Amino acid sequence: MIRYTNATKIYESAAKKVVAVDNVTMHVEEGQICVFLGPSGCGKTTLLRMTNKLIPKTSGTIEIGGKEIDTLNVIELRRSIGYVIQQVGLFPNMTIEQNIGVVPNLLGWDRVKIKKRYEYLMELVGLNPDEYRKRYPWELSGGQQQRVGVARALAADPPVMLMDEPFGALDPIIRERLQNEFLNIQKNVKKTILFVSHDIDEALKLGDTIAIFREGKLMQFGRKDEILASPANEFVEEFIGSERMLKRMSLGTVGDLIRSMGGLSAKSGIVPMNRSNAVDIQTNLRTALSVVLSSPHGEAYVVDEEEKLLGVLRLADFHAYARTLSPLKSSG
Amino acid sequence: MKLAVDQLIKWTLIVLAFCALIWAYYYGAFDFILEYPDDFRFLVMQHLKLIGLSGILAIIVAVPLGILVTRPGFKKLQWFVVNFANIGQTIPSLAVLALAMSYLGIGFQTAVFGLWINSLLPIIRNTIVGIENVDAAVLDAGRGMGMSPRQILFKLELPNALYAIMAGIRTSMVINVGTAALAFLIGGGGLGDLIFTGISLNDMGIMLSGAIPVIFLALIIDFLIGGIEKLIVPKGLQRNIKLI
Repeated sequence: MIRYTNATKIYESAAKKVVAVDNVTMHVEEGQICVFLGPSGCGKTTLLRMTNKLIPKTSGTIEIGGKEIDTLNVIELRRSIGYVIQQVGLFPNMTIEQNIGVVPNLLGWDRVKIKKRYEYLMELVGLNPDEYRKRYPWELSGGQQQRVGVARALAADPPVMLMDEPFGALDPIIRERLQNEFLNIQKNVKKTILFVSHDIDEALKLGDTIAIFREGKLMQFGRKDEILASPANEFVEEFIGSERMLKRMSLGTVGDLIRSMGGLSAKSGIVPMNRSNAVDIQTNLRTALSVVLSSPHGEAYVVDEEEKLLGVLRLADFHAYARTLSPLKSSG
Repeated sequence: MKLAVDQLIKWTLIVLAFCALIWAYYYGAFDFILEYPDDFRFLVMQHLKLIGLSGILAIIVAVPLGILVTRPGFKKLQWFVVNFANIGQTIPSLAVLALAMSYLGIGFQTAVFGLWINSLLPIIRNTIVGIENVDAAVLDAGRGMGMSPRQILFKLELPNALYAIMAGIRTSMVINVGTAALAFLIGGGGLGDLIFTGISLNDMGIMLSGAIPVIFLALIIDFLIGGIEKLIVPKGLQRNIKLI
């Protein structure tokens, strides 16, 4: 869907030459979220902005849906790409409804269709359409503003979305809530999304694939488990941190473990089941492991959707599951 | 609390203005107005023409000029334009009028020209500052969503700068009312006619019959532009605008 071939951006001044993006070649498939990850100044935002030509590339090609972006009209290109930024950038002179209607208006949709779209999108991002219709951006909290920002980017139903640290400025609780909602929305809308982040946990949570950058160079691009299992070099290994196995655990759920192990041990303990020592099959394995470690008898009860007991998880189960995964490799 | 203080100041000013009126009445300020209503009306109209013409010309020139020098291709002109307008403002208004007179001779047109030069700066400067202060994230979002430079100017930059632009126009116009009283000195007429005649004749009554209408004209124009401001500045920006 989005293909970079030797994409390069060089900033040249009389004094020096800075290569902001250096020969990046990669391909993001349709309907996937690819997280551009790396420290600040690594070129991830530059590459994102090259994609909708906010920054003109120096050389190489960028294709979206098989078309080189230079062959397209820049205004039409941008209208077909959703754009969300960290500072949100809602238009203060317009109401929430007008903000969301900006691109549909530019595209000349009729009023009824824009109104319907507004209502649909507000429901999608969890805000009451009628309550906010005539409100102005300054009346909303940071989290609400970014919900509107996401709705606005989705307004004309673009196949591609560019998101530049959209949740970076929010406090941790709101950020996590928005990340979860964002994943739910993506399940419905199935956009091809490029998502810039500097946070490895956010990347592991949201991304299907991850591209790690350093000083303009693409260090590694792959599925997140691939990157955790076999980092391409020391930089990637260092960037993803020392608890790689724990992070891999966060990628799977209790359900995955049950499938891979072919069942669970029967209940043995005499400790009564309660909220603090029970997990369900949707729980990610990292959280489940924490429950096992904190329970007094070293067991976590696994329940299904109807809270029916399926069995127990012990530390040994995690160990066995970890051995079924591809082995961890070190870069050096 | 802030609102209560605002109200207090507002009412104190109204009471003071009322006292001043009574005081002026005792000096016979209104004798001239009542005795020669046609002359008075003529001078008021002349004054209005001076400020109206110079003000409208200033807006027509200053706002587009301010917009022009914030466009990417013309940024280098900004220094020149701001300094040019700065000079117009820094030189005392009387000197501007005098200089204008030495080139254009005496009369109404010269006065309009001098007042026009004097009115440019606040509008140009506020237009530039207003446009440059529009949040960079707003413009980035607009560009990224596919707005053309023209749409960005008319849908984002100007509406969001309108509060500052209107404030510049308001300041400029109110100062203009006072400065226009000097037009008399270069034969431009207006209410300055009464003020300076009153001073020469040492007649408080005639002097005040020119001065007090000038004050009221300034207040009325300030109030009117304030009203227009409320009408045309986007509602989303009006949390900054207090009571007039």
